[in-house]
Amino acid sequence: MRKILVGVKRVVDYNVRVRVKPDGSGVITDGVKMSVNPFDEIALEEALRIKERGEAAEVIAVSVGPDDAQQQLRTALAMGADRAILVKTAELVEPLTAARVLLKVVEKEQPELVIVGKQAIDDDAAQTAPMLAALWDRPQATFCSKIEIQGGSARVTREVDAGLETIEVDLPAVFSADLRLNEPRYVKLPDIMKAKKKPLDVIELGSLGLSAEPGLKPVLTEPPKPRSKGVMVKDVAELVDALKKKGLVS
Amino acid sequence: MSKILVIAEHDGKKLNQATARCVTCARQIPGGAVTVAVFAADPAAVAAQAAQLAGVQEVVTVAAAHNANALAAVLAPQVVALAADYSHVLAASTAFGKDLLPRVAALLGVPQISDAMSVEGAHKFKRPTYAGNAIVTLEAPADRKLVATVRSASFEAAAGGGSAPVRAVTLAAAVPSHTRFVSISAATSDRPDLASAPKVVSGGRALASKENFDLIFKLAEKMGAAVGASRAAVDAGYAPNELQVGQTGKIIAPELYVAIGISGAIQHLTGIKDAKTIVAINKDAEAPIFEVADLGLVGDLFQIIPELEKALAK
Repeated sequence: MRKILVGVKRVVDYNVRVRVKPDGSGVITDGVKMSVNPFDEIALEEALRIKERGEAAEVIAVSVGPDDAQQQLRTALAMGADRAILVKTAELVEPLTAARVLLKVVEKEQPELVIVGKQAIDDDAAQTAPMLAALWDRPQATFCSKIEIQGGSARVTREVDAGLETIEVDLPAVFSADLRLNEPRYVKLPDIMKAKKKPLDVIELGSLGLSAEPGLKPVLTEPPKPRSKGVMVKDVAELVDALKKKGLVS
Repeated sequence: MSKILVIAEHDGKKLNQATARCVTCARQIPGGAVTVAVFAADPAAVAAQAAQLAGVQEVVTVAAAHNANALAAVLAPQVVALAADYSHVLAASTAFGKDLLPRVAALLGVPQISDAMSVEGAHKFKRPTYAGNAIVTLEAPADRKLVATVRSASFEAAAGGGSAPVRAVTLAAAVPSHTRFVSISAATSDRPDLASAPKVVSGGRALASKENFDLIFKLAEKMGAAVGASRAAVDAGYAPNELQVGQTGKIIAPELYVAIGISGAIQHLTGIKDAKTIVAINKDAEAPIFEVADLGLVGDLFQIIPELEKALAK
């Protein structure tokens, strides 16, 4: 029976107003609420639904990151993942590193599907799924809003700029979850208790024969340039006048 | 000397404007010579458009039946084969570029810079992270190929008037059959394209229904504007997914952006920050959209939209 591997990244919670460190070396993460990347939650939810339909036997959640990412993996276990693997590193993980690590796990676990979020809301890079698919030499289906398993292949609807695209990929394959793939379930308290007993393996990234040293050097992190303060108008007439002055309406 | 390969995005007939913006970014790379690559079943028409972009030195075409529809798994090994002679590989940071280039980068064994927003050097670029709340300057190793997607909203489209030579090439790259195109359901409309329109009218959750969202379409039509939507409006089914503007939708830079009934979540604001003029119409005076708006109007959109239509008709 099929295994599904799901990528789970620990990120700054989406409700946090991110602030840049004064010395330009990054963003402030001390004392900031951390969560599962919301797109990875959608990826996990999809894996769980595929399993609940009887189309897979096991869902494995994998994270690449600091020791604290165990918290996010426990959340994934509470949502319903069967077991979890943390590949531990203190370095900031670039997507290419994440893809190389996931490939090692894929080679060991031999899943039929790998599902990850389409992007992580910290680096917004949107690279891990295609990179893993490339290194694995398997199909990729990015920005999925529908995944239908049909024996040895999957029919996927993708959210593209023009609308919705349908493609067919042979399994095994890598999928990246878009917003409208599903709505992730809420975790219930008894599930959190149960999750504590589920297996969570921690392995050092170095033990896989890989290095997490980034290929891109972050030179400076700075806040965006603010927009200049606008004005409030009192009614439609004033608004239209202002737009006419700017030559934006005739 | 940088030799830059820009991968053209197109629908088989028309070159996407995002590619013209990507060419502008490529031209800003110091000492760069820009080549545009067109992969298609029949690349002639698209190649002719690419050849007209100012600053393009050459257009190369790769004609093959398997290039009829853009599939990353099929295109990536071809791009890698073609990239042998180039120092940089760029594509627009659209659904097309985001799907293709990381696959290319991984095959080349190099990291990718996503959403380059400014050129700071031949191997140094700025890019937004955390939904645009932190801008990072990244330096890539100078002795490796540089792969980057380009944030369209940060660059003007290259002008026309060029006449670059077009050269057809044949590539030996083996392409996989494990990924197959089935269909695309593009909304057929004569409305302006959201990604490139100079004017955009967007609606949010406050429209409250799919029927009410028609008010946005009608106003946009009157203004000759494209239609956008907030994530909330798309999630609620008021508007189709391709109209979503924001961190996970389209990032746009129109001359005029009119946000109606959109509160302005940070994820939405990141998609519109480069608009020249932002107009916000919302009944909540405390809505965060007013923090970025150049012109703000507090009031009931169901009253304001008809008034606006009337005022514009005069």
